[in-house]
This record gives sequence, C-alpha cells and structure tokens, in this order.
Amino acid sequence: MGSYILKRLVAAIPVLIGVSVLVFFIMAMIPGDPALAILGAYATPENVAKLNADLGLDKPLVQRYFIWLGNMLTGDFGRSYSQNKPVIDEVMGRFGNTLILAGVAFVLCSILGILAGVVSAARQYGLADKAITFTVLIGISIPSFFLGMILIILFALKLRMFPVSGMYLIYGGGGLADLANHLVLPASALAVVATGVIARLSRSAMLEVLRQDYIRTARAKGVGERRVIMGHALKAAMVSIIPVLGIQAGFVVSGAVYIEMVFDWPGIGQMLVNAISQRDLLLVQGGVVVVAACYVLFNIVVDVAQALLDPRIKT
Amino acid sequence: MTDALDAKAPDHQTAKAPPSAGKLALKVDNLSKTFPIGGGLFSKAKAGVRAVRPVSFEVPEGETLGIVGESGCGKSTFARMLVGLLEPTTGHIEIAGKALDNADPAAFGRLIQYMFQDPISSLNPRKTIRQIMEAPLKLLHGMDKPQRDARISEIFASVNLREEFLERYPHEFSGGQAQRIGIARALAASPEIIILDEPVSALDVSVQAQVLNLMARLKAEFGLTYLFISHDLAVVEAVSDRIMVLYFGSVVEIGRAENVFSAPKHPYTKLLAGSAPVVGRPLTAPESAAAELPDPLNPPPGCPFAGRCPRVTEECRKEEPPLVAMGEDHFAACFHPL
Amino acid sequence: MTAFLKLLFRNRLAAMGAVVLSIILVLAILTPVLPLQDPNITNTGDRFARPFTEGYLLGADHLGRDQLSRLLHGTRTSLMVGAIAAFLAAFFGSAIGIISGYFGKRTDNILMRLIDMLMAFPYILLALAIVAALGTGLINALIAVAAVNIPFFARNIRGITVGLSHREFVDAARLAGKGHIRIILTEVLPNVLPVIVIAMSTTVGWMILETAGLSFLGLGSQPPDSDLGSMLGQAKDHFTTHPHTSIIPGIMIFLIVMSVNLLGDGVRDALDPRLRSGALSRPLPVTNVAKDRNVPAEDTSANAALLDIQELETQFHVGDRIYEAVGKVSLSVKPGECLGIIGESGSGKSVTALSVTGLVASPPGVITGGAVRLEGDDLLAAKYEKLRSVRGNRIAYIFQDPLSTLHPLYTVGDQLVEAIRVHDSRVSKSAARARALELMKQVRIPNAESRLGNYPHEMSGGMRQRVGIAMSLANEPDIIIADEPTTALDVTVQAQILALLNDLRRERGLAIIFITHDFGVVAQLCDRVAVMYAGRIVEEGPTQAVLDAPAHPYTKRLIACVPELGGGRRELAAIPGLPPVVNDLPPGCHFAARCDKCQPECKVGYIALEGNEKRTVRCIHPEEALA
Repeated sequence: MGSYILKRLVAAIPVLIGVSVLVFFIMAMIPGDPALAILGAYATPENVAKLNADLGLDKPLVQRYFIWLGNMLTGDFGRSYSQNKPVIDEVMGRFGNTLILAGVAFVLCSILGILAGVVSAARQYGLADKAITFTVLIGISIPSFFLGMILIILFALKLRMFPVSGMYLIYGGGGLADLANHLVLPASALAVVATGVIARLSRSAMLEVLRQDYIRTARAKGVGERRVIMGHALKAAMVSIIPVLGIQAGFVVSGAVYIEMVFDWPGIGQMLVNAISQRDLLLVQGGVVVVAACYVLFNIVVDVAQALLDPRIKT
Repeated sequence: MTDALDAKAPDHQTAKAPPSAGKLALKVDNLSKTFPIGGGLFSKAKAGVRAVRPVSFEVPEGETLGIVGESGCGKSTFARMLVGLLEPTTGHIEIAGKALDNADPAAFGRLIQYMFQDPISSLNPRKTIRQIMEAPLKLLHGMDKPQRDARISEIFASVNLREEFLERYPHEFSGGQAQRIGIARALAASPEIIILDEPVSALDVSVQAQVLNLMARLKAEFGLTYLFISHDLAVVEAVSDRIMVLYFGSVVEIGRAENVFSAPKHPYTKLLAGSAPVVGRPLTAPESAAAELPDPLNPPPGCPFAGRCPRVTEECRKEEPPLVAMGEDHFAACFHPL
Repeated sequence: MTAFLKLLFRNRLAAMGAVVLSIILVLAILTPVLPLQDPNITNTGDRFARPFTEGYLLGADHLGRDQLSRLLHGTRTSLMVGAIAAFLAAFFGSAIGIISGYFGKRTDNILMRLIDMLMAFPYILLALAIVAALGTGLINALIAVAAVNIPFFARNIRGITVGLSHREFVDAARLAGKGHIRIILTEVLPNVLPVIVIAMSTTVGWMILETAGLSFLGLGSQPPDSDLGSMLGQAKDHFTTHPHTSIIPGIMIFLIVMSVNLLGDGVRDALDPRLRSGALSRPLPVTNVAKDRNVPAEDTSANAALLDIQELETQFHVGDRIYEAVGKVSLSVKPGECLGIIGESGSGKSVTALSVTGLVASPPGVITGGAVRLEGDDLLAAKYEKLRSVRGNRIAYIFQDPLSTLHPLYTVGDQLVEAIRVHDSRVSKSAARARALELMKQVRIPNAESRLGNYPHEMSGGMRQRVGIAMSLANEPDIIIADEPTTALDVTVQAQILALLNDLRRERGLAIIFITHDFGVVAQLCDRVAVMYAGRIVEEGPTQAVLDAPAHPYTKRLIACVPELGGGRRELAAIPGLPPVVNDLPPGCHFAARCDKCQPECKVGYIALEGNEKRTVRCIHPEEALA
C-alpha cells in the first residue's frame, strides 16, 4: 500500500504541473494591462512601464511561467493589491474557513446520502423509497443559493433559531459553539444537492450489486438479510460510490462559493468572486492554484481508499 | 529483445500439408505474437506476454483444420492474427499463394473471413440484417445495388434463411439463426478461407448439429477451406480433416483427425482426450494433483507442459522441444512421445 | 419512436415533467409577442411593488421593473443558454470520448490525461478562471459551463466506446472492409447516441443551474439584460426585506430544473433496455410464493425421500407476460443419492434447483404451486428465519461461474469463515479459520494455508470452483445442489473437479442434485437422471437405463446429437426447429412440433408423466415400453 500511495503521489506531479500551466495561461490570456488596473488613476506611461518591470511582465511568457512556478514553490504567490497583503496569507486564511464549511457539508452529505441510498434500495418501491426518491429529486433541482435564502428567511428571520450570516458573532463571538451555530444553515444548504446526488447513485449502485451472483451465493450460504445488505452489498457498492464521493467533494467546494455569497461566509469563494470583479488577478491565480492542488491531493486520498477497498486494483 | 528470445526458440519443422493434397490455401510461416505489458505514456513496454509462440504450418485447399486448446492457449489470438485484426509480432501469412499486407484489412477480407463465437454480439444491434449483409459486398467487391440484392438472395437461399429476415434487427433472432446470419455475412465476402471461432459453443446441442451440418454443406458448395477453432474435442474431431492441438501458446501436436485423439503422440493430447466425459467410462481423475497452467508473465524454460507431464525428464525442463514429424502426416513437440 | 414515447409517458413523473416543461417552453417562446411591459423600463416609484398589485401581476423589483416580464425574458435566456451549453459540452465531450475510446493506446492516454487535468479543478474554479480570463458576460459564462462539463461527457462516452470497440461486430465491420472513420460513424456512433442523449437529458438541468449560478455571482449576464440567475443575484441584497423578488425567480429555476430532471430520468429509463425489462428490480431475500398455491399432500410412507419436490411450478411475471419456467416438476433424492437433471438452456433445470430454497430472483420470479419438503417440512411455507437456517446448513449450493459467484472484495478465507459462523456464532473466529483451512485441504487446494488470504480474482477458475465446493461443505449439509458447476471450466479441470465431487460424495454419503447439459457428465456421476424440456420433466429413471434405452423421443434424439470422441469425421444428427418459448407453450407435448413420431393426439390435453416405481416418461408413443 505504501508503494501505491507513493505511486499516486508521483502520478499527481504532472497533473499539478498541468493545473499550474492551465491556470497560468488562462490568466495570461486576460486582455488589458494589469499594471494599468493596479495604478488606476496614477497610470502614466512611465509608471506603467516601471510597474511592469517590477512585476516581471516585460519578460517572455514561458520565462514568466517558470519564475511564477519557482516563486510559488517557495510560497511566494505575489501580493494582492486589493487586500494589500501577500496572496498566500489571504488565500490560506480564507481557504481554512471554506474547508470548515465544505468539510462539514461533505461529511453530512456522504453519510446521509449513502444511508438514504441504501434504505431506498433495500425498500425498493416501498414507502421509504418513494419518500426518499421524491425528496432527493427536490434536493437536486433547487439552486443551493436559493435554498440558502429560504433557510435564512425561515430559520433565521421567522423562527430566529440561527444567525443570518457570518462565521462568528461580531460582539462577544468566538468559540466552537458560536461557530457551530453559524454553520448549521450554510452547511445544510450546501449539503442538500450533494446528498441528493450521492443518494441516487448509492441507490442504483446497491440495486446493481444486489442482482449479482455473489449476493445469491451469500443468501444461499444462509447469511442474514441485514448482513447481506449492510455487508456484502454495501461493500461492493462502495466501489462505485467512492469515486462519486471524490467528484462530489469538488461540487461541495464549488457550491460553497454560492453559499459564501449568500451567508456572507468569509471563505475563498467569496474572495475569488470579489477578486474577479476587482481584477485582482494574482489573488485569483493564487486562490485557484491552492484549491486545485488540495483537490488533487484529496483525490489521491479517494484513490487510496478505493485501493484499500478493492483488491482488484493493482497496488 | 525479440531477437534474443527468438534465438532461444527451437527449430520447429513446418507442419507441411501432405504432397497429395494439391494447392495450398494457407501457408503460415513463423507466426508469433507477444503482447507488451507495462509501458506507460512515454515509456516503452519492458516485457511481453508471449501469447502465441512461433508456428509454421500449411493448409491445402478444401481442408478443414481443427484447432483445439483450453482457455489461455492462444487460439483466439492466433485466429485474430490470421484475419488481420491483430498485427503479428513475427512471421508472415500467405493465402492462395499471395502474401498478405498487414496494413490493409480489406485485402484480408477478400481472402479470409471470420465467424465469431457469440452470434448476437457479432451483429450490430442497431443495423438491419440487410445493412449488415451489404457492407462486405459494397466495400470489398464494389457491387451496385441490384448486384448486391441478387447476391444477398443467392446467399440467403443457400444458408436456408428467409429473405424477410433482411429487414429485421439482430435481437429478433435466436442463437442458431444469428449464427447462420454470421455465416451468410462471411460468405458475402466470397473468401477462400473462413475461420470459425467456437461457432457452436454458444448453442444448445440440439441446434449445434444444424449449424455444423449446414457449414459442411456450404464448404462443399463454395469450395471453401475452414479453420475450425473449438474447445470441444468431439465436435472438432467430427468436422475436421486434420487437428492442431495448442497448449500455452505453442503447437504441441498436428495430425489427421482420426489419429490425433485415438493415437496421440503428445502427453497433453492424451490428457485432453482422457478428460472429456464419455458415457460408459468410469469417473477417474486423469491427473492426481490439481494442475494448472504456468504463469504467462513468467513462463518456465523448456516444455510448457513439463509441470503436469507424467513422462517429464530433466531435458524437458531445460529445453523447449521442437515440433517434428512423427509418422505420416503427424507432428508433435515432445522429447518423449507416446 | 412511438414505442419510446409511449414508454416515456407511462412514467407518470416524466409525463408531469414534460407537461410543466412544455408550458414553460411555450411561455418562453411566446414571450416576445405577449402583451408584457418592457423588462428594462425602470419605475422607481413602484419599487418592490408586491405581487398582484395594479399593473404588476408578480410585483416589481428594486428598480420598479415588472417582475413578470423580467421573469419570462429571463426564463427564455436561461433555457437557451443552458440548452446551448449542454449541446456544446455533449458535442465536444462525446467527440473526445469516442476518439479516445475507439483508438485507445496513446491517443487515449493523452486525451484522458488532458481530461484528468480539467477534472483536477472543482468545476467552479475552472469556470471562474475562464470567466476571469474572458471577462464577465453571458456568452462567456456559457462557454465556461460548457467547458467544465466536457470531461463528464468525454469520460462517460469513452467508457461506452471502449466496450463497443471490443465487441465482435466492430471486428466484423473491419473484415467487411470498413475504415476507421466509417466504423466510428456507422457502427459505433449509432450505439453511443442513446447514451449521449441520456447523458444530455440528465445534465441539461444541471447546466441551467450552473449558468444561473454564474449569473447569480454577477459573472454571467450583465445589466440591463438578465437571466433568472442574475435576477436572483440582484434580489439577494433585498431578500430579507422583500422576499418576493428573490422567491419568484428562484421558484422558476426550481421548476425548470425539476421538470427537466424528471423528463431526463424518464428518457433514461425509456432508452435503457435493462430498465425496460424490469431487470433492475432488486431480488427479494426469498422468492415470492403465491398464497393460493396448491400444496400436494405429504408422502408419509416409510421410504420417504430426504428432499421431495412435489409438483413445483415457478413462473416469471414480466409485464403482462407469464413465463412458465417450471411446470409441475416432481423429484426426490434419498440420502447418499446423486440425481442428475439434464436439459438445454431454458428447460427450467436451474430454476427448479433455485426454487428449492427460494433463491429464484423475485421479482420477476413467483412460485405458484407445489411443495418442497425437506424431511417432511414444506420449505415453501417456511418463515424466513427457518429458511435461512436451512440454506448452506442442510442444503448447500455450488454455482456455475465461481468468478461471479464469490464476493470479489472478501478473501476466500473470510468467505469460508462466514459460511461456518452464520450458522453457529458460537464457533470462534480462529476455530472457524482452522476449519476453513481443513476444508481447503479436503478439496485438494495446494498450499491451502497461503491460499486462505487470496481474493477470488487471484485464483484460477479450477481453484475458485474448489473454494465454491469447500464452501458448500462447510456445515456438513445433507444435500448439495450443484448448478452446472463445471460448465465454465476447461475439460482437464472439469475432470479434476468431477472426480473430487465423486470422491466427496462417496466418503460422506452426500445427496447431490447435479444440474448439467452434458450426458457424459451425468453418465459418469449420477445414479438417476431426470430429463427436462420446456419446463417439464419428460423422462426420469436410473442413469444407465435411460441412456441405454431412452423412452422419450426427445431424450433419444438429444443423445444422438452429442458427438462422441473417437467417432472420426461424420455427419452429425440434429433436431430440427427450436424449443418453444415458455410464455406461449402449446397444449399437449411440448416437443410435438419437433418430433418425427408426432400424432394428432400429441397436441391436445395434458400428457402425464407415467410409468412405474423406477422409470417414468411423458409420452403417448414412447420409444421403449417401460418394464
């Protein structure tokens, strides 16, 4: 297994390089002069030329990529002009907040989704199955940002059960309890779509597995039905569920962008959207690269989990 | 790398057709296939699985050559090379005196056709039988519409299929009917040779014989040469003139159908013949131990059957026995033949 | 096509989706000609006018613009953008997928690495990066959404294409002289197209959501134009005070996406042939037994059998068709006896065997009649817990293909241990393990100790089947039902396995029901044999007697069809015609249509299985008079 993890890590290197190339060149395609944007009203031809030289923008593209890559590897992502601090500081702080939100939502949707899928499959065409299928259908059709708004109106404004927005109370806030209280609504809104997708897939994966010959073998051995479903069938179904969890993690992080806007959660999504409208490209670049790199690493974890589960994967 | 391995390969004799047989339909010389393994995007493959060891033989016109072997013996790889679906690693193929160019599947198509094991899967589910039948006529022989229609009618009549089937889709047919459509398609190319790859193993016994007998009649009618691949010894014996026995990618024995199983030279052939369940023979295990094929990734040197052979000696484990003549029209690859 | 639509609208949810979606579509198409206000005329005096106020059916937004007009215009835009994005993603994604899957090797490798790279981003990051580069705007948002969805199509379609390009009809097309492009367009594409349509119909709703999302963030459509997403985005700042401005576009998005999803699921179900036959139903733990089945009286005589199957009837109910897979089959085995059931595919031999402990997949299987008595107890009437205690404990099974019948993710040792412990949880794990090892040795698996930790895929077919046999022996059952246990194996391996089964049977006095289509196997192993044809037993008796002097014409002709080794080259005997389909069985003898001795009376009424203690036959004109 150790060598398999190592192999996956090595295989991730070209992907990470590809990611950096893609991000760099997409950003390089951007029309307009960043120096002009930064200097704004102070832009004189001399100032622009000087800043361009300072930023290294007068060098050829490929050279600039390697300089950028080199700097990045030493943790230097440049300086955000809109926040007036190093990109890395801003990105890391923000990303941490996003991870709290997305992480909670991800755990929530994985557990609920798989559970709902298993129950649904085990009671196919029964009342529980129909109820779950219907709920799931609504869940995957509702825009998460709209759901967020409804949750705020219902639970924050009408029932006053949870705070409207933010991560901590502004006065006297802080601490885990406060954070948890603030998390309930955004994490729920964020988890709903992914829960629906995972539940659907788990249901069909379970149905597929339950028709396999080895399930008949288990029953022919006299294995009880609970163990057939929760042991034999679920284990085999996890082989197709786990990769979907990996993909859904990406969707949860994506959905977090909307939820952060609705709930005013100080995460990286909010930062990116603001940075795009302010044309703070270094910040966009840094944010995208960091999140993508983490996602690549997360997918290695998914692959390893898959390999631990399925001995047919060559390790 | 290939050269190094070839240097070690034994000096096989070509299993020549008997001189009385007349013109040759097929001549295969030193044909072999090694599948590369490993090898990523930019790296070359490091090793190979030798699916078919070098083999040379001849098939005279009008003969049915039976090819038997168990799973993993390379019989399908072998067949796919003969029809040009797979590039051989070494060797060349001559059909009716013409050497074949590996790059052009159509050139193969006019001379040699293939009939597949799974009758349904070999027909595109989204095409009518007419569309399936027309492809070889149009693309291999450039026939126009009236010519094609006439030819299709002719072929359908000879395989006993009704013409109304032409407008139907493959899923509407039973296995036996689909297999006849497969024959009809192979015939449409007007080939010299047809390779029949397990043509009846997906069919029930009572239907098997219908198809086999039809094929025997067509062979006489169209002057065809057959290569008949099967794992069913009795069926192969019933339809073949000569039989070739494969084991682990190597030819271990070739001989006349009436001799190969009744008087085998190679111990593996004897084991095969002794394993087939026969009415009236008591049940005894022909092998005492639970014997298995060698690991194809790491084949042992010498005879591949050595590990299971009751007559094995030191020599067998060191050196691979060459295929040599042992009696009239009979070849075997064994140092200690029966 | 009409069949497809019929199938689609039989699905009520899909029909509902179709209705809602068509209403929305019609409204969206008619928007320019409807008597609506200009969506962009602001009227600050009417800011946040509530719905149903004069002149504003759905109220007005923060600039006093008419919500109804904006909603319909926005819907129009959102639908169009979503559909175009879905089409672009499907087109480019599928093209990449087909090329990659068809050509394989290096092409595949390179294209898929590129796709991996796109998938290395959570989708919104890529979309954000693309929008950041191209600038905000609806068209750019469309391009971004299409681009991030390309990998989904590419991967799915590649998977399907890889499967297709290894199918034999592609090889056949190549031999028919077709080139690569022609094969892709005429052989592969028609088979991939339904999958593309399914993928598109199930993702178009998703893409509408995504473009709305980008607009919501202010990165898509720019003022004064707006789609549903930007309406919501602009209403966001006021949603706590004036919720109607956000709820109305929100509900519209929800309705569109939901109806598209419902319709998409309907399309998928209608196009997917597996769902069409109802095959995706999960099999229940026990086969359904009809409540009104007739239960034959118990045989209480002294020489009663160990297992007595009486007039068993098992059917498959698919849609409104009924397949009579097993029709009034009666069989019995005594301790230590080996009974063979022989028949061709579709004769009902396996279904008979599986019916014994309720293992026939249900739905669609239903046991509609008869009884299965194990020492007098009717297993068909047994409660689940009782049946479970019989399965694998008193009646054990060996199945055909051990690769698919052993669980791929458990080691064979664990599977053996489980077989032991489900029936006796008092056995400790280590004791069960020791017993598993002993079982592996009994079935002559070399290096049994190290083989315990193997997974099924790490073993050869012969070794796997030995594990299957070991598992059946785990609880010292009274009866083993072996369902074509050697059919998937090579002859030399088959010989080893048959010899093993024969030895085990003699050592332990096991009763075996052995199902096969091979007369050679029956002759070597079985004491008695029952021949089945189209769901019925046509003949039964001691193996030697039946083989030497078959009484039923079917048995006689079937034996003649089997070529025997050593016969040399010859013409083979055949039976003309095909077995009848079991959902439309003729009256009288099922074999009548293929029988050369058929008389008019063979085609009427019910022909009973008749004979004496030893031999029975279901024929009016048997080949042999039964002594």
